[in-house]
Amino acid sequence: MAKNAWPPADKTVLMGKRIARLDGPAKSTGRAKYAYDMNRPGMLYARLLSSPHAAAKVTAINLDEAKKVPGVVGAWAEIATAEPDNEVRYAGEIIASVAATSEEAAREALTKIQVQYQVLPHLVDDTDATKSDGREQGEDKPDAAAVDAAISGAEVKVSGKYGLACITHACHESHGQVCEFGADGNLYVWPSTQNVSAYAGGLKDASGLAVNQIFVDCQYMGGGFGSKFDSGRWGAISVRISKETGKPVKLMLERDQELLIGGNRPSAYADVTVGATKDGTISVWSSNAWGSGGMGGAGRLGVPYVFTKIPNVRTLSKGVRTNRRGAVAWRAPGHPQACLITMAAIADLAAELKMDELEFFLKNVALTDRPEVYTEELKIAADMIGYKDKAHLRSNPTPGTLKRGLGIGIHTWGGIGNDSQTEVVINPDGAVSVSIGTQDLGVGTRTAVAIVAAETLGLPLDKVQANIGKNSYPPSGASGGSTTIGGVSASTRDASTIALNALLEKVAPVLGVTVDELEARDGKIQVAATPSKSLPWAKACSLLGQMPISGRGENKRGKGVSDGTILDDQGVGGVQIADVSVDVETGQVFINEFVAVQDCGRIVDLLTAESQVYGALIMGVTYALYEECIYDNITGRMLNADLEFYRLATLADVGKLKVHMMTGPGYDTRGVIGLGEPPVIAPGAAISNAVANAIGVRVPTLPLTPEKVLAALEQGGKLA
Amino acid sequence: MNAFEYAMPKSIDEAISLLSETPGESQVMAGGTDLVTALKQGIVSPKRVVSLRHIDELKSIEASGDGLRIGAMATLDDLAAHDGVKAGAASIVTAIKGIGSQQITSIGTIGGDLCQLPRDWYFRLGFGLVAQYEGKDLVAEGDNRYHAIFGNDGPAKFVNASVLAPALIALGAKASVVGSGGAKREIALEELFHAPKKSEDGNTTLASNEIVTHILLPLGARKNALYHVKPRHGLDWPIVSAAVAFENDGGKAKNARGGLGHVAPMPWVSASAAKALEGAALDEDTAAKVGAAAAEGASPLSRNAYKVHLTKVAVKRAILAAMA
Repeated sequence: MAKNAWPPADKTVLMGKRIARLDGPAKSTGRAKYAYDMNRPGMLYARLLSSPHAAAKVTAINLDEAKKVPGVVGAWAEIATAEPDNEVRYAGEIIASVAATSEEAAREALTKIQVQYQVLPHLVDDTDATKSDGREQGEDKPDAAAVDAAISGAEVKVSGKYGLACITHACHESHGQVCEFGADGNLYVWPSTQNVSAYAGGLKDASGLAVNQIFVDCQYMGGGFGSKFDSGRWGAISVRISKETGKPVKLMLERDQELLIGGNRPSAYADVTVGATKDGTISVWSSNAWGSGGMGGAGRLGVPYVFTKIPNVRTLSKGVRTNRRGAVAWRAPGHPQACLITMAAIADLAAELKMDELEFFLKNVALTDRPEVYTEELKIAADMIGYKDKAHLRSNPTPGTLKRGLGIGIHTWGGIGNDSQTEVVINPDGAVSVSIGTQDLGVGTRTAVAIVAAETLGLPLDKVQANIGKNSYPPSGASGGSTTIGGVSASTRDASTIALNALLEKVAPVLGVTVDELEARDGKIQVAATPSKSLPWAKACSLLGQMPISGRGENKRGKGVSDGTILDDQGVGGVQIADVSVDVETGQVFINEFVAVQDCGRIVDLLTAESQVYGALIMGVTYALYEECIYDNITGRMLNADLEFYRLATLADVGKLKVHMMTGPGYDTRGVIGLGEPPVIAPGAAISNAVANAIGVRVPTLPLTPEKVLAALEQGGKLA
Repeated sequence: MNAFEYAMPKSIDEAISLLSETPGESQVMAGGTDLVTALKQGIVSPKRVVSLRHIDELKSIEASGDGLRIGAMATLDDLAAHDGVKAGAASIVTAIKGIGSQQITSIGTIGGDLCQLPRDWYFRLGFGLVAQYEGKDLVAEGDNRYHAIFGNDGPAKFVNASVLAPALIALGAKASVVGSGGAKREIALEELFHAPKKSEDGNTTLASNEIVTHILLPLGARKNALYHVKPRHGLDWPIVSAAVAFENDGGKAKNARGGLGHVAPMPWVSASAAKALEGAALDEDTAAKVGAAAAEGASPLSRNAYKVHLTKVAVKRAILAAMA
C-alpha cells in the first residue's frame, strides 16, 4: 500500500531533480494566452479615468462628449459627485470608466470626460515623519530605562538612519481581466490572479450571480508579487459593464495606472542605535521607525530582524498616512524593509569594531532562531563568492576609483503549506489527470503538481496531465506568503496516493500478493521485494474496466493531509552575499557577483526552485539600485509612472548570479516549504552593505542611485 | 491618442508642402520610437503626422568633401556600422551603443535623435516644456534631480535628450535644413536648439514647416570620444554626457571642441572647457583641469548639484578616452 510520507530523497526519480517547466515552450513561443491575450467575439475595450489630483473632492462629472466618440458604447462615473463619497485620496484613483469597440476609441473617450475637482491639500512625501501633520498612527512606547542604560553601557555603539523608498509591484502584466456572460447566464472570467479558487467572490455583487455561476480561468499570469489576490475595483467595473452592455469586456490597467494603483510596498525609515561588547557581541538595539505605503499608512516594522534575541531592545514604529494608493502585500511584507535596516545597522557596528562582517555575523548567529542553519549557509555563501580572497575591512578600501566591496544579508520566512485540494483520476487506458484550483504565477506550480503526481504513481512526467487555473477544479489556496508549493505538493501527494491505492486493490489479487507488498515504480506496479513480479501501468489500469478511479486529497494548513501525515513544513533561513564595484567618481554601483544560499525543506523541482531564487535576486537588485515611486510635492502626482524612469534592472545590470539550494540531512528530510518570499528579502541589505564596504561610508537609503552615493561620499569626506 | 492624418511623402518637397498646409498642427515623424508614445499619452496631439520614412534620399550616408553627408533618416544602427563613422567618429558610436536597446537603434534615426522631445517628467505629465502649475515653476520648486544645471536662468529647465548632439557638435557638424518653398539653410548644429521662453516655442529652432534633411559631418585626423553616465547598463538615457574632439599637435590639443549632453535645455557648449583644452598638454592633469573648467558657470537647482560633479568627471574621462 502506498504511503503519503515522502520517499527518501535518494530514492526519487523526479522529485528534487532539475526539471524544466512543462509550459516553457508555450510561453516562449507565445502560444500561452494571458488575460490580455484573450479576445472574445464582439468584445468591448474598457478603460478607466484616473484622478490627476492626490487629494480632492469631485463636484461634477460630465460624460456627454465621451459618449459621442465614435465606437464608444458607454461611459460611467465611478465616484460620487456629492458628499461624503466624492473624495479623491490619491493620484490615480478611479473616477470614471468607458467602453468602446476599440482601444483607441476608449482612450480617446477618456480625454473627453470633464471632471470638476475641488482640490484639497495633500501629503505625498513620506521621508520625514516630522512633517506628517498628525497623520502618524500606531506608535508604541515601551519602557525606556533599561535600554538607555544598555546603550550608555555599551562598549561600542553606532547610530544611523537607514531606509528604503516606497516601491510598487510593477507587474509585467497589468491588473485586469476579460469577462463574458454566456448564453447559459453564467459569467466566464479570464483574470490575471494569484487566487483562482476564491476570485469569483469579488464579482458576486457586480454580476448578481452566485459564486457557482462564475467560472474563472487563469492558465498563465505575468506577475503578481502579492498584488493580485482579489478582483479589484477594475474587476467589478468590467463585470458591471459587461452585464449592462451584454458584451464581453476586456479591462486591463494602463501602465501608468499599474504603477499608480496596482499597489505599494511601504517605505521604511529608521533612526537606529545599536551597541555591542568589545568582542563583537550585539548587546542592545534601539530604533525609531516610520514608513508609509500610502493612505493606510504602514504596519509595524519588525526590527531587529532575524537577530531577535538581542538582550535589550526598544522599538518605536509608526505609519504615516499619505495621499498615495495604499500598501498592498509585496513579497514578504515588511521583511525586506526590516532586513535592510537591521543588517545595515549591524554591518555598521562591525565596521566600527573594525571586525570582518562575516566574522561578526557568525559571532552573533546565536542571537537568531536558526544558528546552525545560518552558520552553515554563511560558510557556503562565503566559499561561493570567494570571500576570503576578496574581503577587506571598510576602513581599508581597495585602490582606484572603482572600489570593490562585499556585503551580507540574512533572512527568514515561514512558508507553511496552504489549504489545498487535488483530484487525481486514473483512467482505464492508463492516462492520468491531476486537477487542482491553484495558479502558476510563473514559478512552476503546474510543473510541480505534475512532478508530485508522477513520482507518486511511478510514471514519467509526460504521462500525467496537470490541470490548474480554474475554479471548477478542487479549491486550493491563494498564492501568497510562500504557501503554494507546500499546499499543492501535499494535497497532490495525498490524492495520488489515494488513487494509487485504489488501483493497487485491483492489482494485488492478479499478482497474488497483498496491497501492502506493492509499489508503483518505473511505469509498473510491482512487488517491492521482487520487482520482476509486476504489471505494466497500462495493463494494471485495464483492470479498472469501464470506470476511471479517482482520489481526492486534501492538505489542511498546519494539520497535514487526509491521514494526518504532515508533508509540508515552515521556517527557513537564507544567506546572501553581494560583490559590488562602485565608481566613486560617478556614484554608479555595479553588481559583480551575487550569491544566494537558501533552504526550503524538501525540494520538488530543483530547477524551478533555483529559478525562483534567481528571479528574486534580480528583483532585489532592482529595488536596491533603481526602484522608487517618485512623487511631486507640488502637484501630488507620481513623476515616474512609466518604465522609463521607474527603472527595473535589465539583465545587463544584475551581474553574475549564483544560487545554492540546501539539501541533505536537516533540509530535504523536512517537508516542502514555500520559496516565494525568502530570497527577495535580503538583496537590499546585502547590496547596501557591499556598497558601504566598498566606499567606506553608508549610503543610508535605497535605491542606491548615483545621486545618493555621491552625496554619501561627499558627506563622508570621500568625494574625489 | 487623438485621430490624425498620416502622411507618407516620397520627397522632401512633398513633405514640406504637407507641413506648410497645416502650420503648427503637424508633427514630423522619423523612427517614431518616442513620438508614438507621446501621441498615445497625448503629449502631442497633431492633426497630421508626416512620416519621413518613405523619402529615400534622406536615408543615405555619403562621402562629401572631407566628411560625410548623413541623411536625417539614416538609422542609428547604420550610423554606428558605417566605416567612416567608426574610423573618424568613435564618440558617435559610443553614444549609439550606449542606448542599450537594439529595438531603438534599429529604427531610430539621427534626425529623430536630434529633434526628439525632452524626457522631462513634468513635460511628459502634460505641464509643458516650461513646466508651470498654479503659478509655480515646477522644476525649480519640485523634483529637479535630472534637470538642467546650465542655461536654466530662463523659464525652461528641461534637458535636451539627444544622445548624438554632443558628439556631433564636438566634431563640428552642421545641419542642412529645408523649409518653406524648398528654401535651404545650413546651420552649425548647436544653432538647431534653443531654450524656449514659452512651451509652444518647442525645443528646436525649426519652423513648423522645416525639417532637418542632412547632417554634414567633417571627419579628419581628430581624436574624439564621448563619455556618458547612465543609471543602468541596459536601456537607459544618460544623466550627463560629454564629447570632445581635438587634434594631437605634438602632444598638445589643437582645434579643441566639446559638447555636453543632458545638462541644459540645449546641447551645451562650454567655452571655458574648450579654452582650457586648447594648446594644453594631453595628459591626465589637463583632463582634470578641463573637467573643472567645464563646470564653471553651472547653476544647479535644489537637488541636482551632483550633475555638476558628474559633468567634471564625464569631461575628464572623455578627454582621457580620446587620448588613449
